[in-house]
Amino acid sequence: MSVEAGRQGRDGLHLSRFATWDVAIIVVTVVFLIFAVTSVQHFGTSQNATFLVLELAPILLLALPMTLIIVTGEIDLSVASTVGLTSSAMGVMWNSGVPLETIMPLCVVIGAVLGAVNGFFVTALGLPSLAVTIGTLALYRGLAFVLLGDTAVADFPRSHSSWTIGTIGETPIPNVLVPMIVLAGLFAAVLHAMPVGRAIFASGSNRVAAAFAGIPVAKLKFWLYVTSGAVAGLVGVFWTLRFSSARADNAHGLELTVVAAVLLGGVSIFGGKGTLPGVLAGVVLLSSLQNALRLANVSSEALTVVTGSLLIISVLAPNILGRVRGVLRRRLRRTHVPAPNP
Amino acid sequence: MSGTGTEATGQLPAWPPGERPAVRLTGASKSFGSVVALRDASIDIHAGEAHALVGENGAGKSTLIKILAGAHRPDSGTLEIDGHPVEFSGTAAAKAAGIAVIYQEPTLFPDLTVAENIFIGRQPRTRFGLIDRARMNREASVLFDRLGVPLAPDRPARGLSIADQQVVEIAKAISLDARVLIMDEPTAALSGVEVDRLFAVTRSLRDDGAAVLFISHRFDEVEALCDRVTVMRDGARVSTDRLADVTIDQIVRRMVGRELGALFPKEDVDAGDVILKVDGLSREGAYRDVSFDVRAGEIVALAGLVGAGRSEVVQGIFGVDPRDSGSVQVDGQTLPPANPRAAMRAGVALVPEDRRQQGLLLDLSIIRNATLARRHRLSTLGFLIGGSERREAEEWTGRLQTRYGRLGDPAATLSGGNQQKVVLAKWLATGPKVLIVDEPTRGIDIGTKAEVHRLLSSLAADGVAIVMVSSELPEVLGMADRILVMREGRLSGELSRADATEESVMFLATGREAA
Repeated sequence: MSVEAGRQGRDGLHLSRFATWDVAIIVVTVVFLIFAVTSVQHFGTSQNATFLVLELAPILLLALPMTLIIVTGEIDLSVASTVGLTSSAMGVMWNSGVPLETIMPLCVVIGAVLGAVNGFFVTALGLPSLAVTIGTLALYRGLAFVLLGDTAVADFPRSHSSWTIGTIGETPIPNVLVPMIVLAGLFAAVLHAMPVGRAIFASGSNRVAAAFAGIPVAKLKFWLYVTSGAVAGLVGVFWTLRFSSARADNAHGLELTVVAAVLLGGVSIFGGKGTLPGVLAGVVLLSSLQNALRLANVSSEALTVVTGSLLIISVLAPNILGRVRGVLRRRLRRTHVPAPNP
Repeated sequence: MSGTGTEATGQLPAWPPGERPAVRLTGASKSFGSVVALRDASIDIHAGEAHALVGENGAGKSTLIKILAGAHRPDSGTLEIDGHPVEFSGTAAAKAAGIAVIYQEPTLFPDLTVAENIFIGRQPRTRFGLIDRARMNREASVLFDRLGVPLAPDRPARGLSIADQQVVEIAKAISLDARVLIMDEPTAALSGVEVDRLFAVTRSLRDDGAAVLFISHRFDEVEALCDRVTVMRDGARVSTDRLADVTIDQIVRRMVGRELGALFPKEDVDAGDVILKVDGLSREGAYRDVSFDVRAGEIVALAGLVGAGRSEVVQGIFGVDPRDSGSVQVDGQTLPPANPRAAMRAGVALVPEDRRQQGLLLDLSIIRNATLARRHRLSTLGFLIGGSERREAEEWTGRLQTRYGRLGDPAATLSGGNQQKVVLAKWLATGPKVLIVDEPTRGIDIGTKAEVHRLLSSLAADGVAIVMVSSELPEVLGMADRILVMREGRLSGELSRADATEESVMFLATGREAA
């Protein structure tokens, strides 16, 4: 990055390159964390840090495939319901005596199948993903209640749930942080350093031109939905074990937080733009903001207001920022470029 | 040139003598960036006259219409309505001045009724300010009676044939008191009976004193409907004559009469083995039974009018569009249909017609665009690291002498010619055996054009089999070893380089026998 900046510094435009939304959000996140640690009581404690990681784990995990899907110009609003349905399925299977070692991979498979249903409707039938996944948002949640009703299955073995909420040895680092980092790294690599990532950006930037470059756009989107479902299945397992409670209403409404975090991280809702580091910052910012407000005894209703406002700001702000950059760029051109190229 | 024709830059004689034209455009010029679309063009249309406007693709007809319709502002020139100079601030101003345009494919609101489409934005109101539906339907019926076309005013526009949609547009134009009716290739999608009905309607409007400007590629229609004809070429007016005074042959010659001039002719290369073999390719509604071979080192041009199905054929070969029947072989290996990846693996590359929609990811960087087709090859153990894409993009943009700010800039920041070079870079980097280029030099400046031609020639010399779709006859004649002409979805003829002239290609493309 620094080599690049040095090379591009010559034309005097490099500053505007760094004024991108995802870089801004990373800076804001760091500033906010410093502020919260120093000013909000209990925020900086190791217990709170552990708790914060457990809180943001499902948001972060769901945000990873969501980022890829939104970059292709689609959306998956059914993720939280998929978590609820896999959680219910987990409870039912546990009640019927299936061993947990079988249940856990099965839940990931169930999630993948639910994602495949979304993918089928969006790619094979060409329906708008917003409509399809609002439909499955309701459908999957309904099925979760059909499976488990209002009851909760809570007698999961202590060994598993305590690993889920436990920390590595004597450190405050939660066990789940390890798979989180691995998965985040994997998704970042896929999106930013592998050929399929180029195809994802191309599909979201211009679907027609992507098809003319030999990219199987529909197939790609289908597998992203499958991935999204599988990750939601994994989150279903995590959620159930963390609270040691399989319930149909687990993760209710979480899709809003996930989409808000992704957009806050600088991903364009219109597709074709965004970075995974930006999204990670968006997740951390949103979660730690909620955490800090909760520590300051702000009501949960107010927290929803914050999430909603951030969602709107994150859709609005890049537009405003884009305009500011445009003006900045023109000014810089006028002042810094002495003569036109011959 | 015929003695009755008036030269492009001269004063137009009044026609009929003594009358003022309903619309007169004088000395209009219009450029888009470095591309001159219209240079010093003039036309006058009189009340009670049907006036034909003919010319090759790219002759400037569309630009001229758009100026009359208020969609473009001319860079220079004057526009007069009934002898009064006017300047249109937009299409609404042109409409208010009585100019209506009927397009080849009208854009009605499908869910509104026919009457609502006619009176949109100015529906008759009742005393209470509500829309007076009954009166609106009555008024629409009166319009249809006048046009002699029985259309139900209260049916939704969805499901109307294109011919009926045009009638609705014409009714709307009449209800707006349009005195100038511009019809932009209205018959392209109509059947014979529908054409007759449209002409009957048009004639009755003309006889009622409307000025009609009729754009068509079909000379029989021009002869059947029009009183005078203006020929355009290269953005300028060539001639205006009464149809009684000219022959169709003369008109065709004027449309194409151009020097080969600044073009780069292809070098002669000994053709090698057949690389691309297309056999009996058909797709319902687009093209039928298209067969041809292309040998290594050969440039084969697909010529014809816009809409003849040339782009559809090459997209069917590459596989971005499905095809109904027929086969495509590359080096004897049959390509599966509708599978561009398989075509790419077999060594086929397609530089598409519409650069901005089909060729480029405008928001993404030049690097991403130039290397998109090679993203798998450029990866190391599945990862695109170590700057392999940047090096590749640098190499190919360098070879094609592309001008850009930084490789990280979005493709949208480049000029048209440089955008085309990025698309070419993307495909040349794949080392194709068969290169298909669709309108490779459309909308790019003359210098870049020559570079692209030189490039195609040297690729052919290296043994690449090239298929070139082009609407520019000089390009076709200068570059192609063989010319396949398409008309209405079929191959209407093949010409060798030695036999081809602009006239012979145009005659095959329009279906008129050479005199």
